[in-house]
Amino acid sequence: MAIVIKNGRVIDPASGTDDRIDIVINGDRITDIGRNLTPAAADTVIDAASCLVLPGLIDMHVHFREPGREDIETILGGSRVAAKSGFTSVVTMPNTQPVIDNKALVRFIIMEAEKGPINVFPAANITKGCKGEEITEIGELANGGAVAFTDDGRPVMSSIIMRRALEYSRMFDVPMLTHSEDELLADEGHMNEGLNSIRLGVKGIPNEAEEVMIARDILLARLTRGRMHVCHVSSAGSVELIKRGKNDGINVTCETAPHYFSLTDDAVEKFLSMAKMNPPLRTEKDRKGIIEGLRSGVIDVIATDHAPHALFEKMQEMEYAPFGIIGLETAVPLIITELVRNNNFTYMQAFEKLTCNPARILKLDRGALKVGGYADVTVINPDTKIIIDDSFFISRCKNTPFTGSELYGSVEHTICNGRQVYSRRQRLS
Amino acid sequence: MTFFPAVSSKLTMSSLNRKDLLDIESLSKEEILLICDTAKYFKDVFTRDIKSVPVLRGKTVCTLFYEPSTRTRLSFELAAKMLSANTINVPVDTSSVLKGESLIDTVHTLEAMKADYIVMRHAASLAPHFLSKNIKGSVINAGDGFHAHPTQALLDTYSILEKRGSLEGLHIGIIGDIKHSRVARCDVQAFTKLGAKVTLCGPSTLLPDEFRQYDADMTYNLDELLPELDVINMLRIQRERQKGSHFPSIREYHLLYALTEERFKKCKPDIIVMHPGPMNRGIELDDVVADSPNSIINEQVTNGVAVRMAIFYLLVGGASLSEEETEGN
Repeated sequence: MAIVIKNGRVIDPASGTDDRIDIVINGDRITDIGRNLTPAAADTVIDAASCLVLPGLIDMHVHFREPGREDIETILGGSRVAAKSGFTSVVTMPNTQPVIDNKALVRFIIMEAEKGPINVFPAANITKGCKGEEITEIGELANGGAVAFTDDGRPVMSSIIMRRALEYSRMFDVPMLTHSEDELLADEGHMNEGLNSIRLGVKGIPNEAEEVMIARDILLARLTRGRMHVCHVSSAGSVELIKRGKNDGINVTCETAPHYFSLTDDAVEKFLSMAKMNPPLRTEKDRKGIIEGLRSGVIDVIATDHAPHALFEKMQEMEYAPFGIIGLETAVPLIITELVRNNNFTYMQAFEKLTCNPARILKLDRGALKVGGYADVTVINPDTKIIIDDSFFISRCKNTPFTGSELYGSVEHTICNGRQVYSRRQRLS
Repeated sequence: MTFFPAVSSKLTMSSLNRKDLLDIESLSKEEILLICDTAKYFKDVFTRDIKSVPVLRGKTVCTLFYEPSTRTRLSFELAAKMLSANTINVPVDTSSVLKGESLIDTVHTLEAMKADYIVMRHAASLAPHFLSKNIKGSVINAGDGFHAHPTQALLDTYSILEKRGSLEGLHIGIIGDIKHSRVARCDVQAFTKLGAKVTLCGPSTLLPDEFRQYDADMTYNLDELLPELDVINMLRIQRERQKGSHFPSIREYHLLYALTEERFKKCKPDIIVMHPGPMNRGIELDDVVADSPNSIINEQVTNGVAVRMAIFYLLVGGASLSEEETEGN
């Protein structure tokens, strides 16, 4: 018994395909792609007319909070949210409690994920205990299933430790995902430093806190020929630095998050802690810089930095509330609305950032539609108007500044490893 | 009720049509003048022998101070008492706050006790805004972080109006740690809304360029500025700013920015000297200046009570205040 996806507009950035063709899935693989394929009587048929048929989306930056804060989110719960949001693969960040700095914990995440609907690839820490002092057993962790390394949430402040990490990881060809922030320059700020932070009397974080560290990390990548990927780029200046690094032939890639191309620090006064994340929302000039960086390809990846927090943690004085917003469920609507509709991106341009590009950086055999490949497929109706309110979310935590927004684009079906793991009309688990 | 004839005749409103008083930014020029005009009336009430009026009879005012304060808390409490309110104070350092109760839960508890007004001071900027979005009662901001201290700006405005009748055309200097000052932020907005020319002055580390968004001039040179000023407001310098390397020493700060006896001689003879308190004598202000006839620092405190009475009264709805209704006549 097969699944046949018929009549959809198939967009596969890996091969440059943009065509109205059908896809046949048998077992966990795609077995046929072509025009007017006829399903057998017993097959499940998905009519994708008026929909986009994409490779299953990859989010290379999520926080699922397990182990340690299962009251907020779990690997299983987060995986279900991801499936509903069109993602078939995610990379979990290691800033859990405890942090993911040994192989047993990497195996734990992989085992927990097996109960869930999608592929979960753990990232492990760069340094033991996320303390920035000694590098982890990168070799064993990579062999155990860690696809990338990061101390995300905190920078590796020591330049010599970062140098060693980039140098040592070359043997295993795994990327270092940098949380590029000079903590001392950020100086415990709570929002972007600028007109709004001065007006609101809130301690600011200058763009330079991010850019100084990106510049350092790029220079270290040049020194070591290591593989470096900058997480959550938020400023126009960062895009310029990375562009220069790429032009110089340095092995650097980067990602941004949907909120950085959708909002500015004007949102802070209205949404307070719900618009608090690190790096912070910047200015309109930065927002435009991020959009142009995505358009030109300097920014390789869109990742959500999905960061659930309990309501009681966010319902505090803004300065006391933790950084982070959820991002999985709003990702596709924000990409369709802000990039495709408002900024004339092609679907190909937009979705390469969630398919073949992250797959290339992470060396995953995913993110493409090809015969014989894994059957990870996402079906999106880009014309559905959706209103973001509490009932839109299945995420346990609803910490987001997008509540009240009217956006376009609904995830209709998510298929992961040949299994239909989400369907908008008939909710599957 | 026309005490500032220049302004009263132009007023068309008789109450503040708002639930909260959170900042100066959201107040119109007319609202600021209304508050000052009303404060003049209450100053007369409060400086006579029998001081209370029944404006807030049956209402409960709660002061909730998450930061230490003497004058502001007492001033609010006194203002509320003279309007016949029940007043309660939450002693933050001995209450359930210490047991880890959240701000929102603390305030819900106060609302359950039917507190009508929450007067809050908080070290975190925007805490009153957060509160006002989440509770039904009135929130009056008694100072939040570096953000706003609207009643201070209103009493500063009132104090200048009382001396000069108008702010139009006056040159007012605000001197010191502008960056970390909620008073400076609110003063510059209130003063410029009323037509004054404002110059902000302080060391470059404490006077960020982003302050240009206000309609004010900026300078690092106090000596050049001094002879031009009609009013000078000296801000309190916090010793902990030295630790953040905003300036190298109190000594150098004093050399550059203190209003010393010598500098005072360069000022206009009728300059008004203000300070929001508490003063660091010998640091930002010399004794001779603080105690000179030009100093209105103690009058500011008196005016603070009158301005806060006016704010309560106007938030309640500004019912007519005839002499028969007041208790003392």
